[in-house]
Amino acid sequence: MTEPMVEALDIYKSFGSVEVLRGINLTVMPGEVACVIGPSGSGKSTFLRCVNHLETIDAGRMRVEGDLIGYRESGGKLYELRESEVAHQRRDIGMVFQRFNLFPHMTAAENVMEAPRTVRRESKTKARERAVALLERVGLVEKCDSYPAQLSGGQQQRVAIARALAMEPKLMLFDEPTSALDPELVGEVLDVMRGLARDGMTMIVVTHEMGFAREVGDTLVFMDEGRIVEAGNPRDVLTNPREERTKAFLSKVL
Amino acid sequence: MTGPAVGTTKHEHPIEAVPLRHPGRWVAVAVLAVLAAMLVHTVLTNEGFRWDVVGRYLFSTPILNGLANTLLLTVLSMVIGVVGGIGLAVMRLSPNPVLTGAAAVYIWLFRGTPLIAQLLFWNYLSALYPRLGLGIPFGPVFVSADVNSLITPFAACLLGLGLNEAAYMAEIVRGGLQSVDRGQSEAAGALGLSRVQALRRVVLPQAMRVIIPPTGNETISMLKTTSLVVVIGYFELLTSAQRIYSTNFQTIPLLIVAAAWYLALTSVLSVGQGFIERKYGRGFDPTPSAGARMFFLRRNPEQAA
Repeated sequence: MTEPMVEALDIYKSFGSVEVLRGINLTVMPGEVACVIGPSGSGKSTFLRCVNHLETIDAGRMRVEGDLIGYRESGGKLYELRESEVAHQRRDIGMVFQRFNLFPHMTAAENVMEAPRTVRRESKTKARERAVALLERVGLVEKCDSYPAQLSGGQQQRVAIARALAMEPKLMLFDEPTSALDPELVGEVLDVMRGLARDGMTMIVVTHEMGFAREVGDTLVFMDEGRIVEAGNPRDVLTNPREERTKAFLSKVL
Repeated sequence: MTGPAVGTTKHEHPIEAVPLRHPGRWVAVAVLAVLAAMLVHTVLTNEGFRWDVVGRYLFSTPILNGLANTLLLTVLSMVIGVVGGIGLAVMRLSPNPVLTGAAAVYIWLFRGTPLIAQLLFWNYLSALYPRLGLGIPFGPVFVSADVNSLITPFAACLLGLGLNEAAYMAEIVRGGLQSVDRGQSEAAGALGLSRVQALRRVVLPQAMRVIIPPTGNETISMLKTTSLVVVIGYFELLTSAQRIYSTNFQTIPLLIVAAAWYLALTSVLSVGQGFIERKYGRGFDPTPSAGARMFFLRRNPEQAA
């Protein structure tokens, strides 16, 4: 039996007195594309940020490829990982943000080169070569030397995807990657993500794009009030939701 | 790729309106022109300015020595101030409450007391601590030195100016670091950069845009603040001028000599600041070629005409 890529076990998380995650259980297998939908405030983005330890969890266990994220377990006790160890774990997990978060003082190519250069100490020539190849993959090879401010939202998000791919991650996290885009720019970003899924990348995608979830997703997860209400084959969940809350949500967004 | 150049296309309904008159502006220009003429006239004709004396002392040895000290104190104090300020700012933003508190107390103390008092304090440190030693706290001392020989007037100047400046720079740097969106360090972290790498490669270069203009202010201000070292018997540009006019009574000409040098240095610093601002404006200025122009000509070029 193959090992799951992501295994979330009974995850709890509170911000102050607000409980955002209340016992999330989710398994994502290698090559699987899991789409997470739900109303705002349902905890879907927070859950995604827990996968790479951008948020610490209060209870439960988060494993990526069997390794506990953020902690080490020995002798039945948990030890917090050092900052450098967390940074090391994050190299294998790419993340794409809603607001792109490109580095504005670097060109597109420099954005993609940053992690290989700084973290892996790659030579400039090699990093540049791979950056150009990655930008070609997202269809932006002619924008190598443009600054983020000179690119459209869709182009910026594609550069952000190339930047995340530069560390050759085994898992990609997408946090509402098209929510900040003008409607006509959504398609180009989804196309790139579709290509990634076809190439076998394991992906967790928090999204409002039901069409993408239906077409590309292997699993659809519906979250509400910090819990997973329903999960399963996207077509089944979207056309025949079992739970009342799923029905109510889908009737509003479809 | 380029569209038709403005002004070359023939429009069907061009705007050929009579320009709005601005009589108020012409009155203002006339008044200012008369005032400027009066100023130039009096500066050239009033014997009291003694331009011959100004010319004689402008490059004289005591003035140039004072100038050298002003420059040296400014540069070294600002280096101490900037390095210390970055350290204090990082401490203030650290999750460790002890570090945050220590930085806050430092800033409170050094901003809250007069600089003159601090200069005098460092100068008279030997009254409090005649000897300074290196050893184990509350234990044996390995080496010790006489504070009077350790803290020369020059060292006291640097301690006073530099440590005071660090407190102000700390707040400037903190403001800069906090102006950078949190998503930037998150994105860097998600890529596997450590916190120090994220600070150095991603956050600090962007914070520089916000940090540099007030730092330029601080440097120019420091240039003139160095004249306070007179209270502990040290000398710089203004002190040198004062020493000369206290013996030859040519007060105004020597003040002009000092002022001319201060103006010259400030001008050089302003140009330097313009260059540094352009370097860190990378990716933020939508038209990089406009940056090639002198920075003080850049604002509202149409009004400059």
